[in-house]
Amino acid sequence: MPTILFDGIAYGMLLFVLACGLSVTLGLMNFVNLAHGAFAMAGGYVTALLMNRAGVPFLATLPAAFAAPAILGVILERTLYRRLYGASPLDQVLFTIGLVFIAMPIANYFLGDQPQQVHLPPFLQGRVEWAGIGFGIYRLFIIAVCGAIALALQLLLIGTRFGAQLRAAVDDARVASGLGIDVDRLFAITFAVGCGLAGLGGALAADVVGGIDPTFPVKFMVSFLIVVTVGGSRGILGALLGALLLGILDVAGKYYVPSIGAFIIYAVMVATLLIRPQGLFARGPR
Amino acid sequence: MSEAARLSAHLTRGARWGLGEIAFWLLIVALIFLVPSRALLINEILIAGLFAMSLDLILGYAGIISLGHAAFFGIGAYGAAILASRGIHDPILGLILASLLAGFLGLATAPLLLRGSDLTRLMVTLGICLMLGELANRNSWATGGADGLNFELTPIFGLLPIGFTGQRNAALYSLVVLFLLFVLARRIVQSPFGLSLRALKENRLRAGALGVSAPHRLIVIYAISATYAGAAGALVAQTTQIVSLDVFDFHRSADVLLMLIIGGTGYLYGGIIGAALFIAIKDGLSTATPEYWEFWIGLLLVALVLGGRERIGARLHALLPRRLRGGSAA
Amino acid sequence: MSEAALETRGLVRRFGGLVATDNVSLRLEPGARHALIGPNGAGKTTLVNLLTGILKPTAGAVLLEGRDVSALSANARVRRGLCRTFQINQLFPAMTPAESLCLAVGERLGRGGSWLGLAGADGAILGEVEDLLRRFDLLAVMDQPTHKLAYGKQRLLEIALALARRPRVLLLDEPAAGVPEGERADILAALAALPADVTILLIEHDMDLVFRFATRISVLVAGRLLMEGSPAEVAADPRVREVYLGADAHG
Repeated sequence: MPTILFDGIAYGMLLFVLACGLSVTLGLMNFVNLAHGAFAMAGGYVTALLMNRAGVPFLATLPAAFAAPAILGVILERTLYRRLYGASPLDQVLFTIGLVFIAMPIANYFLGDQPQQVHLPPFLQGRVEWAGIGFGIYRLFIIAVCGAIALALQLLLIGTRFGAQLRAAVDDARVASGLGIDVDRLFAITFAVGCGLAGLGGALAADVVGGIDPTFPVKFMVSFLIVVTVGGSRGILGALLGALLLGILDVAGKYYVPSIGAFIIYAVMVATLLIRPQGLFARGPR
Repeated sequence: MSEAARLSAHLTRGARWGLGEIAFWLLIVALIFLVPSRALLINEILIAGLFAMSLDLILGYAGIISLGHAAFFGIGAYGAAILASRGIHDPILGLILASLLAGFLGLATAPLLLRGSDLTRLMVTLGICLMLGELANRNSWATGGADGLNFELTPIFGLLPIGFTGQRNAALYSLVVLFLLFVLARRIVQSPFGLSLRALKENRLRAGALGVSAPHRLIVIYAISATYAGAAGALVAQTTQIVSLDVFDFHRSADVLLMLIIGGTGYLYGGIIGAALFIAIKDGLSTATPEYWEFWIGLLLVALVLGGRERIGARLHALLPRRLRGGSAA
Repeated sequence: MSEAALETRGLVRRFGGLVATDNVSLRLEPGARHALIGPNGAGKTTLVNLLTGILKPTAGAVLLEGRDVSALSANARVRRGLCRTFQINQLFPAMTPAESLCLAVGERLGRGGSWLGLAGADGAILGEVEDLLRRFDLLAVMDQPTHKLAYGKQRLLEIALALARRPRVLLLDEPAAGVPEGERADILAALAALPADVTILLIEHDMDLVFRFATRISVLVAGRLLMEGSPAEVAADPRVREVYLGADAHG
């Protein structure tokens, strides 16, 4: 049971890093980005390719796994996404589904449909024993890294002027703009960081989910959406708690009640949407 | 023409069947008989067209967005398969029962969609479909799991065997079902009920201020749409004799949405036309660039959205003969 | 004393600390031509929303033909005969005037939910729709999508739609708002031609319209009724002039 909890927390932290970008995009720009998973896939591929084809050590690839999707995000945001900020949810959904439909075959064409594996360096493999419980070293690593990221994001949000501007804009973009905040620039930077984090998450997740393959965006899109729905799209803490809840439920559900499995998670999502549409952990109604 | 006559002609313009419409349906019949080698493909298009038309009923006419319409498709498919494997071998009876089952699910879930924003509806419909998919996945004692179900169907009216050996008959069966349901849908969207749906979609506030009760009307059309989607699912099970777990996949819901958008919403034919285009592209591209046909669909979609669906739709809409221009582009 | 067509008793509406409607007691006799005026921000829209049921009162009651409707939904009040028009046109852009009126009349006759038949095939509905189109001078544009109509025509349709419900009480929210000078006469003519047995509450800024149309005027300031009287009384009252002209002097 403690191992399940531990694994669930690790998976949850991973989901947090993967999904927090989507959460902020939704909360800030009210934009449904179903293509978020494609950025995660991109980051995962960057790591896998750098390691497998260029021999770059795992840790060294991580900054690239962040940077490449971030740059891609900036380009796409400036050229395409920003034209649809005021569009209907249906148009946004169609557009981002279109992007996914474009991204997946591209990945397939250049990299094949077999999952690209990320082979962890020896010092990240294995387990440690403590108080009779086995802790996977890589999962400890994930928890540490993702926790650090969460902390850094929270500090950024609360302690810096940029963070203050972001929080103001999430609360009310029009008022923020009227106060002189460059909401446009805010969007671009936030979107880029969100994509970068997704990419980093993808790189970290590669080992846990059995490799990166072209179907990654669709396979995990639902998980991201659930995190965002349940966690709310107003802040870091909500997204973190939502991701942890989802991670634990997912791992525990598959272990204890295999015949229902992911059903519980989907049910939680639907119930949340109906009862508390702003998310289980968000502060107050939208 | 007197004003009264002009008024009447205007209001009843959609009722008359135009030559184009009649030609459209005759063309399909002709295709089935003239190109029997492609009966399988035609069948696929007709079923997808029915599925897309069911989505049009809620999206094009009532403004309800769904990312999980495959839920009803899947219920219809598994319903028909399970019924057949448990003793109900008459296809028509199985079709009716499976469709009603899907419709019932639609009736039950519709109230969940009434409150909340479009975004909420997207997520709730998606969530429900995923839940059903999981249930089907985990309960292989009923659904046959990954291996699928075995079932037999008796020939329709004792004369026409459908299923794998009777492909041309299968296409005809699907066509008849599609046509009958289309005629019914046509009546519904042109009835006062259909008019009130359009009003709800265009201005929910004013429709309410005129006494239209949104919840009732929306629940009804959602249930009808679910029934139609269930019928499509039942047809696919009965005519291909295969039901796999992917009937509940997000891909199905996304594909049907794409088909409808490509064909255009709000005039009932969009689903069928979109399905034909979509599957034709898929089929055509599959030989040229297998597995990459999705890329072109994605490109088309992005172009459509960026180019302004309404502008494109409006221009195409203007090309249609007046009588078909009932609903508006979504 | 006969029943009032529309009445409020001590109507109050608070939004947190803000009192938008402050103890408003209003009484409209059947067939009244009653206007509600007041400076911007006086709470006219809030009052209309309270009357129609979009907002529920914090205290007080709304009575329609003697019956308390305070707890009824907006939809239910429509069915009881209380209709309104909107300050900003609330129309059906892609539907034609004929179709829109068909919808309204059909709903009133209870045929709105019917799957069978076409609205256009029902003689009774057709007759009423034609009559409305004629009365509001919309016959020529009956088959054009609403969004293509001139603004003045749209405004007329706005009123026609409400009238299609044959309301007992009709609330007109700034019917002349945004209508170009040349088309205002049409609006006034349409208002003058409204059936005598319909009780009308007109909310307007256009004083010309108000004084020509109304037989009684209520003045709303900061959520409270300042005074009520005939047009002559209101025009002569110094307090009213101060509210309007005083604001001008400062602004």
